[in-house]
Amino acid sequence: MSLFYFVAFLSIFFSLMVIITKNPVHSVLYLVITFFTFTVHYVLLNAQFLAVVNFIVYMGAIMVLFLFVLMLLNLNKETEPMKSVLIKVIGAVAGMCLLVTVAGSIRAMEVSDPLILKNPDIGLVSSLGKVLFNEFLLPFEISSLLLLTAMVGAVLLAKKEQKSI
Amino acid sequence: METIVKDMQGIPLNHYLLLSSVIFSIGVIGVLTRRNVIIIMMSIELMLNAVNLLLAAFSVYHGDASGQVFVFFVMALAAAEVAVGLAIIVMVYRNTRSIDINSLNKLKW
Repeated sequence: MSLFYFVAFLSIFFSLMVIITKNPVHSVLYLVITFFTFTVHYVLLNAQFLAVVNFIVYMGAIMVLFLFVLMLLNLNKETEPMKSVLIKVIGAVAGMCLLVTVAGSIRAMEVSDPLILKNPDIGLVSSLGKVLFNEFLLPFEISSLLLLTAMVGAVLLAKKEQKSI
Repeated sequence: METIVKDMQGIPLNHYLLLSSVIFSIGVIGVLTRRNVIIIMMSIELMLNAVNLLLAAFSVYHGDASGQVFVFFVMALAAAEVAVGLAIIVMVYRNTRSIDINSLNKLKW
């Protein structure tokens, strides 16, 4: 039980480090650690499929993409643009206001029932696959179209423009 | 695995809600206070992940697998968004030689 609170503390700490550190590369690395703590959360929820997908897609694919772009653009601490202190304080206060509002509304809702695993195998690959390919077949196919469109768009956008056209 | 899952019995749902809202707010603060476009996109990833965790927690709480399927779709969408967004950032960097978000204020009134 205390494992959850330890991992929750770690994920909050590392996500804070993501937005505090000046160096963008360190920021990406802290984000990788944050996503790893999220994977631990999914394992704790017995959502093993989500844990594996989070590990492979987020920590593998997306973070490698971020790191490669940072390396291609040759960014480091010196080129990092910083906002003025006033804007930072205003942004932090606005975010805290959002947090207080959401937390207050949660407190007003009063759902403090303990989380009990009613059906221990809903997070496993076999049961999720059955749901995914029966009820959610159409959204699944549409998401494949979305990924194809995103791939074509990314290649088109990142390619150098031909001057002679 | 069984003992870990046994450990989970009894975390109040409130604490998951609180954790997710804290991480979502950290993402919002990151968007508001940083000027580097790539770090702004990383903050958006943080927000998406907070929502993913909450969806998975609710799915376990209700014993319904639809929430976890939805998390899967959100992950596919995040992958597409990151690919297109980073391509746009590379193109903007090629034109303006900076990743400062203030260099993109031509459309500002």
